[in-house]
Amino acid sequence: MFNRLLRRLVILPGYIANYGYTDGSGDYYIIVDTDKCDGCGKCVEACPQDILEIITDDYDDLVVTVKEEHSKNLKYVCAPCKPVSGPVELKCQIACPSGAITHSW
Amino acid sequence: MTTEYFRWTEYAWKNPDKDWQKADTLVAGIDVGSVSSQAVVLADDEIYCYSNARTGSNSPDSAKNALGMALKDTDIKQENLQFVVGTGYGRVNIPMSNKAITEIACHARGANYMGGPTIRTILDMGGQDLKGIHCDERGKVTQFLMNDKCAAGTGRGMEVMAELLQVPIVDVGQMSLDVEEEPPPVSSTCVIFAKSEAIGLLRKGWTKNMVLAAYCSAMAHRVVGLLERIGIEKDFTITGGISKNIGVTSRILKELKVDSVPLKPDPQIAGALGASVFARDLLLKSRK
Ligand code: SF4
Ligand code: SF4
Repeated sequence: MFNRLLRRLVILPGYIANYGYTDGSGDYYIIVDTDKCDGCGKCVEACPQDILEIITDDYDDLVVTVKEEHSKNLKYVCAPCKPVSGPVELKCQIACPSGAITHSW
Repeated sequence: MTTEYFRWTEYAWKNPDKDWQKADTLVAGIDVGSVSSQAVVLADDEIYCYSNARTGSNSPDSAKNALGMALKDTDIKQENLQFVVGTGYGRVNIPMSNKAITEIACHARGANYMGGPTIRTILDMGGQDLKGIHCDERGKVTQFLMNDKCAAGTGRGMEVMAELLQVPIVDVGQMSLDVEEEPPPVSSTCVIFAKSEAIGLLRKGWTKNMVLAAYCSAMAHRVVGLLERIGIEKDFTITGGISKNIGVTSRILKELKVDSVPLKPDPQIAGALGASVFARDLLLKSRK
């Protein structure tokens, strides 16, 4: 854990990943801050649509990503989590202990 | 035989000044994309040879073909390569590769190699997707965005347009700039809609050049919209096949009000080159 933190802070900072797309109706991106994500998998378990997964990235870190087949239709797969009115509480965000996930819409 | 207007010529290049036998490390990167595939061989930290070929019906053959073309005028055998990294959309299916790395990381690394440590934003315009990438002075990704929802505004979209207007694809960019006045962009960059829109415009008496101009500027506009999400930090550069289409790139730069750093020897090999740089790192690391 300490090693990981040290590596992140001193040598290898993470990156911000934007998964999704822009179309005529707007921007639909799930944004992962890999500096905050440690790949614990809590969001994967919480997501009712099973669109998230944990991978080892190019820099050998465990991080969450959006499954490729879902990154092209986020507007629809995430719709059940996003009521048209009232407060929006996304299960993936609530589950994440470090606030690594944001949505653009 | 009918002319295939979308065809572009495959090519290979070899460094005349370098002797690979004297190199301590000899590695390769292979990028199998949806439309084109490239292979780059790195002798020590210098490019020894590379190729750019059309992707075939499957990834293993496309990879073999690209590497074969790069090695054709050399006496390097595949066994001489000490480490191979595969990247691109077909990366998991490259038989001779020792490791697969995503094209996002590879493009950043390749652009950093060619454009230098001041490159911060890379726009990769590939055959079937668009990527915006931010990287640090070592070419490590700090942010990325990928858009592969449809072929609009990509190499494939441009091929459809070239075929429709019966214009060789390499001439599209220049022709689109040879207009007296910039026409309004077509309203849709979606391949299917743009096609019917283009046919409509031709019927109305628009010249081919004007239709191409309208299509190129629609494409540029779409790309700029995409990049706005991650923003532009200087220096900026463009990789991928469309980076060679001056009709699209000049309109992007104009809209963004930035210059782009030219990538030598070839902006289309950024992915494969980045993969070869990773291959060298991994090889050196494994020797320690
Ligand atoms: S919003 Fe809902 S469906 Fe979408 S990723 Fe989060 S938990 Fe899954
Ligand atoms: S819950 Fe948060 S930290 Fe854990 S994998 Fe998901 S995004 Fe990463």
